[in-house]
Amino acid sequence: MSIEILMPALSPTMEEGSLAKWHVKVGDTVKAGDVIAEIETDKATMEVEAVDEGTIEALLVEAGTEGVKVNEPIARLSGEDAAPAPQTEGAKAEAPKAEDKPERKADKPPPPAAPFQAAGETGATAKAPPAPVSDSGDRIMASPLARRLAQAAGLDLAAIKGSGPHGRVVKADVDAARGKAPAAPASPGAAPAAAAPRQAQTLAQLGIPEGSYDLVPLDGMRKTIARRMTDSFRDIPHFPLTIDLEIDGLLAARAKINAMLEKDGGKVSVNDLVLKAVAVALKRVPEANASYSPDGIAMHHHADIAMAVAIDGGLITPIIRKADTKGLAQIAAEAKDLAGRARDRKLKPEEFQGGTFSVSNLGMMGIKSFASIINEPQGCIMSVGAGEQRPVVRNGELAIATVMTVTLTCDHRVVDGAIGSKFLQVFKALIEDPLTMIV
Amino acid sequence: MSDFDLIVIGAGPGGYVAAIRASQLGLKTAIVERENLGGICLNWGCIPTKALLKSGEVYEQLSHLDAYGLSVTGRSFDFGKVVERSRGVARQLASGVAFLMKKHKIEVIEGTAKLEKAAGAPRVVVALKAGGNRTVTARSVILATGARARTIPAIGAVPDGERIWAYREALTPKTCPKTLVVIGSGAIGIEFASFYRALGAEVTVVEAVDRIMPVEDEEISKAAQKAFEKRGIKFRIGAKVSKVEKTKTGVAVAVEAGGKAEKLEAEVCIVAVGIAANTEDMGLEALGLKLDRGHVVADKHGGTNVPGLYAIGDVAGAPWLAHKAMHDGVHCVEHIAGVKAPTVTAPVPGCTYANPQVASVGLTEAAAKAAGYEVKVGRFPFKVNGKAIAASETEGFAKTVFDAKTGALLGAHMIGHEVTEMIQGYTIAMTMEGTEEDLFNTVFPHPTMSEAMHEAALDAFGKPLHI
Ligand SMILES: Cc1cc2nc3c(=O)[nH]c(=O)nc-3n(C[C@H](O)[C@H](O)[C@H](O)COP(=O)(O)OP(=O)(O)OC[C@H]3O[C@@H](n4cnc5c(N)ncnc54)[C@H](O)[C@@H]3O)c2cc1C
Repeated sequence: MSIEILMPALSPTMEEGSLAKWHVKVGDTVKAGDVIAEIETDKATMEVEAVDEGTIEALLVEAGTEGVKVNEPIARLSGEDAAPAPQTEGAKAEAPKAEDKPERKADKPPPPAAPFQAAGETGATAKAPPAPVSDSGDRIMASPLARRLAQAAGLDLAAIKGSGPHGRVVKADVDAARGKAPAAPASPGAAPAAAAPRQAQTLAQLGIPEGSYDLVPLDGMRKTIARRMTDSFRDIPHFPLTIDLEIDGLLAARAKINAMLEKDGGKVSVNDLVLKAVAVALKRVPEANASYSPDGIAMHHHADIAMAVAIDGGLITPIIRKADTKGLAQIAAEAKDLAGRARDRKLKPEEFQGGTFSVSNLGMMGIKSFASIINEPQGCIMSVGAGEQRPVVRNGELAIATVMTVTLTCDHRVVDGAIGSKFLQVFKALIEDPLTMIV
Repeated sequence: MSDFDLIVIGAGPGGYVAAIRASQLGLKTAIVERENLGGICLNWGCIPTKALLKSGEVYEQLSHLDAYGLSVTGRSFDFGKVVERSRGVARQLASGVAFLMKKHKIEVIEGTAKLEKAAGAPRVVVALKAGGNRTVTARSVILATGARARTIPAIGAVPDGERIWAYREALTPKTCPKTLVVIGSGAIGIEFASFYRALGAEVTVVEAVDRIMPVEDEEISKAAQKAFEKRGIKFRIGAKVSKVEKTKTGVAVAVEAGGKAEKLEAEVCIVAVGIAANTEDMGLEALGLKLDRGHVVADKHGGTNVPGLYAIGDVAGAPWLAHKAMHDGVHCVEHIAGVKAPTVTAPVPGCTYANPQVASVGLTEAAAKAAGYEVKVGRFPFKVNGKAIAASETEGFAKTVFDAKTGALLGAHMIGHEVTEMIQGYTIAMTMEGTEEDLFNTVFPHPTMSEAMHEAALDAFGKPLHI
């Protein structure tokens, strides 16, 4: 009996992914737990493990294929025995899979039958034909009200992602799409009413002839970065707040701490201390640990701090969850582990999705100060510059101190100037007198 | 390692349905119940009241059989049997829940649960009915402990089991009172008033607001009051009860209305002034669980401020309805299991099973206007509906409220015979985000009372066919 292996959903929101690589070929025998393929989503590459044992009969999707829809068959396995209906599971990390197992089995289209097996049609398994793919053009599922609202607002239903049953576009989706559209300009006639999405001009139009460059295709990560950063920079009213911190005390404390940790092989970086100080400061100024949503301002219970990690081909922001409840050593250990696995592209989706506050550090590259773009839906992102010796004026006299400049970019819808400043004051006090972090 | 994936506390409609869904999703599930499987709904609420009301309705029907060209002599009832039938129905359904629990391999723990702080979801300590304690843990815990009748000790409105009743006593009376005062004209008060009136009691209903069934559309309130008065129920509206006192022969209910004081004397008084959530003596304070006027504060998935602890149904606030509890239960469990739920805001219909019945869903006309909608309102009376005339059930009407701008159905309100069986039609239309055109284009079977629903939609846009 043949078993179909389906494209797994590696996260609840995943709709499609690229089949980056096959680890098996036709004729290979596999057993449960064997890695059979690698799948690339927006942000991560994950391994797909076989759930059943058998021989690979066919690979239905070529390595390198992009946009493979979740639940599309990707390979066929010939089972050793009359094993129960197939189950494809994503990587181990997704083990507590949310799907209704019994129902899923029933819904699954029967395995592709050899012609003479057609009698199997009388079987109890109802053949639910897969829903027609929306890009077939003519059939867009939308509620009557959503259709009417979209038409009234001049929105293209096909461009709206449906969140209703079977992906149907419902009122909430149209409302959200409408809310996203830039509001009418303040002075009438100053700008076209509903600014159409920016149409990128071709490079040729901009005077760069074809052939004078190599084109690197946009991979999932690049597309995600492009989309998220554009949306954020355009739609969020953001502003930067900059402050200088003297970190000689912090460096001294770090040296002491590291001397203590040396025998255990532990080590704490300036960045770890920054993360710890951010966590404590967020606890003391909870208004800075907030997200804007149309229903209200989400005041997060914990500081889930996302840290920007540069990786090959882009960057990713793994998250230290509940950093407000963790000690410095733990934060340091987690930061090291997350950064390492981020570079190997081995993060699980839940390790980089979410977060309530971001920290981006380019200090090690000698950058003095910079202002990052808000990482939606977080209310703030902190940009940390290099610690360097600078002249400072103390009691009317010139002195030398190690100074580090940080900039907080705030989403003005949730974090006003006063709140952002208060947060920075608290943060500065913690950094300049690190002992206060423990009390 | 936890003992279970999920522990549900309370086996009312919210709790037992949540447990079934959890088991379907492959979660190892236990349910704790201190009294009866099925909760208030099956044992002391929805179901036994409907059984009593059916007896009352049939009995009442016997008194106007001449409308159908029929007659009987010697109409009478055996009150004990009427009550016993209702209890039997409740028992049957409760044992049905026991079967469902077994079928879905849900462990039923009989006893009273308390919660204790733990690293993950709170730990559940059950004082077992059989004696002793049992401590169980789970990755998630759902609080579905429901509610009980609200009492007002300050004015003596506290059931004593003899003269002053709440719903439990009103469901298991030994005799049918000849005179009755019902405090509160919500669904529960009105249903009891209707039942006891059908069996011949002199009934007076006292309502503090200036109209009966205050959550319903004003036109419905007005029509309902008229219909009940026609059957002999008396009302005191805009009336405050200042004292409920036992007398030698019964109770005296002191009422103030429009500056005038009055004493209503009766054999029995039923207190139906709402409900109080079951949140006490369970260790919730120690967990720091957020409450709002006694109810657990829960988000749309049932999540509370305590990690791993969820709340659904009556304990999590209004509307206090069994079908809301069940819907919450399924939604909450699917959320816990990570099943991605589609975005739909399902409107919750509300029904009162008196004679005549009242059923509604969505916004009243006044609420729609207050929310800033420009509305189109349609009405259609059953007195010109063929099926209603044939059945001699011509009382009442259907009313629709549409958003004039988008054609969205905002609300629908009905009063009349068996309208509770029809309201789901409008509910489906609203859940699917239908517009007036979808209702226009729907073919309603003829002859049915539901044709009035079609006409009420047409009427809102000035094109009814039969009026
Ligand atoms: C007279 C009457 C008529 C009604 N008619 C209708 C109607 O027609 N339609 C309708 O939709 N609704 C009706 N209701 C309302 C309906 O009964 C409730 O909305 C519904 O029962 C709520 O369900 P639930 O699961 O939240 O709680 P409940 O049904 O109240 O169940 C809670 C359960 O938890 C148990 N429990 C509480 N604390 C603990 C503890 N510490 N440990 C263990 N177990 C515990 C209780 O014993 C109970 O069994 C009526 C109510 C009444 C009183």
